[in-house]
Amino acid sequence: MIMREVAVVGVGLSKFGERWDAGLKELMAEAGVAAIEDAHISSNDVEMLFGGTMASGRFMGQEHIAALMSDQLGFKNVPAVRIENACASGGSALRLGYISVASGIHDIVVVGGVEKMTDVTSAEAGTALGGAGDQEWELFQGITFPGLYAMMAKRHMYEYGTTEEQLASVAVKNHDNAYKNRYAQFHKKISVQDVLDSKMVSDPLKLLDCSPISDGAAALVLAPLEVAKKYNDTPIRILASEQASDTLRLAERDSLSGIKATSIAAQKAYKHARITARDIDIAEVHDCFTIAEVMAMEDLGFYQKGKAAKAIADGETALNGKISVNTSGGLKGCGHPVGATGVKQAVEVVWQLRGDAADRQVKGADMGLTHNVGGSGATAVVHVFARAD
Amino acid sequence: MAGIVGYGVHVPFYRIKVEDIAKVWGEDAEAIKTGLNIHEKSVPGRDEDAATIAVEAARRAVHHAGIKSSEVGAVYVGSESHPYAVKPTATVVIESIDASDHVMAADLEFACKAGTAGVQMVMGLVDSGMIKYGMSIGSDTSQGRPGDALEYTASAGGAAFIIGREKKEVIANILKTVSYTSDTPDFWRREGAMFPTHSGRFTGEPGYFKHITAATKLMFETTGFGPADFTYAVFHQPNGKFPVVVAKQLGFSDKQIKPGLLTPIIGNTYSGASMIGLAATLDIARPGDRILLTSFGSGAGSDSFVMEVTDNIEAKRKRAVKVSDIIGSNKVYIDYATYLKDKDFIKGR
Amino acid sequence: MEKPSAGLWRKIKSRYNLVGSTCSKCGSNYFPPRIVCRKCGRESKMEDRKFNGNGEVVSFTTIRVPPDTFKDEAPYIVGVVRLEEGPMVEGHIIENSRPIDIGTKVRTTFRKMYVDGEEGLIYYHYKFEPV
Repeated sequence: MIMREVAVVGVGLSKFGERWDAGLKELMAEAGVAAIEDAHISSNDVEMLFGGTMASGRFMGQEHIAALMSDQLGFKNVPAVRIENACASGGSALRLGYISVASGIHDIVVVGGVEKMTDVTSAEAGTALGGAGDQEWELFQGITFPGLYAMMAKRHMYEYGTTEEQLASVAVKNHDNAYKNRYAQFHKKISVQDVLDSKMVSDPLKLLDCSPISDGAAALVLAPLEVAKKYNDTPIRILASEQASDTLRLAERDSLSGIKATSIAAQKAYKHARITARDIDIAEVHDCFTIAEVMAMEDLGFYQKGKAAKAIADGETALNGKISVNTSGGLKGCGHPVGATGVKQAVEVVWQLRGDAADRQVKGADMGLTHNVGGSGATAVVHVFARAD
Repeated sequence: MAGIVGYGVHVPFYRIKVEDIAKVWGEDAEAIKTGLNIHEKSVPGRDEDAATIAVEAARRAVHHAGIKSSEVGAVYVGSESHPYAVKPTATVVIESIDASDHVMAADLEFACKAGTAGVQMVMGLVDSGMIKYGMSIGSDTSQGRPGDALEYTASAGGAAFIIGREKKEVIANILKTVSYTSDTPDFWRREGAMFPTHSGRFTGEPGYFKHITAATKLMFETTGFGPADFTYAVFHQPNGKFPVVVAKQLGFSDKQIKPGLLTPIIGNTYSGASMIGLAATLDIARPGDRILLTSFGSGAGSDSFVMEVTDNIEAKRKRAVKVSDIIGSNKVYIDYATYLKDKDFIKGR
Repeated sequence: MEKPSAGLWRKIKSRYNLVGSTCSKCGSNYFPPRIVCRKCGRESKMEDRKFNGNGEVVSFTTIRVPPDTFKDEAPYIVGVVRLEEGPMVEGHIIENSRPIDIGTKVRTTFRKMYVDGEEGLIYYHYKFEPV
């Protein structure tokens, strides 16, 4: 069914964090220009743009973000489409970019993701993010995103004996990785005790179990694999691009202690790429909360249900561990500008596979995976990448 | 003849003790407890108001009556703390008990007696054959100005009574009702004012005592009954002292009023007060018992009722949620600061 | 800022009385109501079904950092409750004197969910309470 193979030939990232200095346009330009330069193309070469953003309207009063992105990057009247899939907007944009190149309709496509979240109060930001769940039945009742993931965490602890210390170890690891990433929001190592001592947000999740409110942008340039070398010495091939959805409401899912959409997308991706979870060397998974990384490690098939938390606490997923997870620092350490996250994950994996990940470079990283979740699990996007050589 | 076919009560589970209020204002708690015969009062949760209390009581009443809520032909809600100045509490009740759309409904206000006024209204509708069942509710989350004497008593609660006339369904026939009404400014609250104003000791003699006594005596004259003809009597109870005094003046014993005297432990639930007292009395009444109820509403008026309990009361009892269970178990005590926060009395918030 | 009222009004049946839907073909129960059965698709008709409000806590948490509309209500407990008739629903769990845990039996009560500013609507809703 695939008409042709697709490769990533350029990547770019803005600095993530509380970017008081930058609005949407500045963030998009920072990441977009870097990606175009990395692909050694000019703005004139771009044929289409897919822009992922979740709530620019709520955060900045700015809709119509894809045309704005295209304009700011100097693309010449190309078709530009905004993709909104809550926190999975970036991953979903990448998938559509992939499809448009694979189908043969376009050759050079730019996938961007952006979110500017710090110009509103954190309560307003929380309300905007709450729209990723079922507004009528979750947010209406004051059930926040930390609240939804807290209920998943409590259920995971109840079913598998997962502990708050194990959850905390996810944040500790991701802060360790972020420490080595100059794009990351946090450059501060933390301890398990720091996490346990931080302010309770929604039990059992404390402030340091939660990813932050962030500003940031990320961009990718996609091209057909057959001509990829023309643009980049080390093109990275997209082996699989899969996605699944589930009920928007948490309560309606088959299980609260896992995300079914992740399992479905992952299994399809492994089948398509003709690999198993064991073949993956590095993974950027959706750790919007520490419990989310634990569930992701299980739902992606890296660990059996109930086994991931201990493995993470034991260091199996640290840099150069059995599998290196969230080398960028993840959403927790690197920051979570929601629309940018799914694209940023791909940027990090591309850097790792190319060997460009500086201090946090994983040795012998040949195959990488990204996992981007929307809401409390109503959307999951999984991509598999490998070196093309 | 119209009678009660079912009833239900709701009282919020939060309580504040007289001591905790008195401490803040430098008052002598023991003197207040003795003087007003009040120990603690109920406080509504932040998420409760006269409508939610009315709904809880109404649902219990429908269950207790064992009727289809679609057969209720009229719903009146009496309160002096309706959540909206304009938009009925009654419609919230109708929707939440799943009543038919073809129902008469209105909100009533007559200080603490709006609920019994509603009972009189539905009695007329039932007796005339216009409706099969009618419901009247007295429900309040009353306000006492911080530091005012009312603060020790103004509480929250409500009761719903369903009136019908099917012989096999009525648990207490209402033999007679009379009223005594006059324009007496003992207690009032203007539109938009947060707290009511009262004229101190004037609320007693020309207000409460005059009206309760006049209505009850009128009842004695019209029915030929005297205090000895009643097993129980329930009077409006703005505090724990007034009903005891008025009962004695009218010739009733402490024993007759005891089951229906709840203000000492839940405070004055205003429109709910005499109706909750009646419900608690019916909880223990036996067939053949005769009950007198005289309510009082400032402004001012009293409604008096004579009821006779029927055999049906025993069969329905298993479906009743007893007042003693509602107010006796599951209490959560709060301090004065929490009370202020929950009542939205903290300035600058 | 006071909101228009239609958004509340159209869901009143479900918010007050836990009215969901049941599939005429496979009997699956849903809350909130659905138009299309998740199992039968468009092959069946959905009918209103009022649930009795009794259920069991599947998970719960205390919200300490609330959205703006609930700023004066925090902390408050929310949970996922499995109703006796099958559906799992989200709701507030009132803290009375009884402990709340996974497996705790609850029933519905009628409460205010929130109040829209000084002049807006009062949003009434079911909530759960431990029995």
